[in-house]
Amino acid sequence: MNFIPLSHILIFSLLLFAIGIYGTLVRRNIIGILISIELMINAANINLIAFSKYTSLAPETGQVFALFVIALEATAAAVGLAIVLALYRVRKTILTDEVHLLKW
Amino acid sequence: MEILSFLAKFGIYAVMLAILIFALGVVTLRNLFHCALCLAAALIGTAGIYVALQADYLAAVQILLYVGGVITLVIFAIMLTEHLAGKTVRQNNSQSPLAIVGSLGFIILIGTLIVKTPWPVNPVALKAKASVLELGQALMGTYVFPFEIISIVLIAALIGTVVIAKKDPQ
Repeated sequence: MNFIPLSHILIFSLLLFAIGIYGTLVRRNIIGILISIELMINAANINLIAFSKYTSLAPETGQVFALFVIALEATAAAVGLAIVLALYRVRKTILTDEVHLLKW
Repeated sequence: MEILSFLAKFGIYAVMLAILIFALGVVTLRNLFHCALCLAAALIGTAGIYVALQADYLAAVQILLYVGGVITLVIFAIMLTEHLAGKTVRQNNSQSPLAIVGSLGFIILIGTLIVKTPWPVNPVALKAKASVLELGQALMGTYVFPFEIISIVLIAALIGTVVIAKKDPQ
């Protein structure tokens, strides 16, 4: 079985990461920002798997790290959404530019 | 076999294109609920990429944990803060042109690096296939310490989530 070139996968995940950056920068809604961050982490995971497949002599190394990333990302999403809910209960908004309690 | 391999490559590129389109939907759509569904589609497509890279277990974990867990959480959060997710609220701030310029600059910089670097593709590594058995042995052998740390982090995050999200006693 022959694979597509490594650089194609890298450019694909670069585009995915850039889309995530764009979403993180322009979204007003905190949930939208969290979703965009998930896209970026996903792109990083694709890179880990691709590198471990193409260049590493021990292909399970990159997969183990991708597993750790997925687990940590799940905890991050859970805690982040809990913070969003707590914020919504107190301030009745989850738009980032309306949460300016610390802004003078 | 020629045609089969060509079709496999074409399929991978098609899945990549679909993932990029869904990702664009995630960052541009007005309705946040549609964004979450687009994210689910993009994550399922990523699982397809994992299968193409012979990481079957990762693909299963991706679908179970992301599409089953994280997307459910996100949709819960969207529904609990629902009236903000309506179409009337503007979802993007006014920094869109700057963000596009920044993202394009990032793409050009890293893309040039990717194209110019001679990647040391290892033909031996391409033939090797990591089975679930080797993955489990690596988790229980070389990486047992980070594995245990991850379990502690998961417990801490679970308790922290409950404490943050529960109602104040007053």
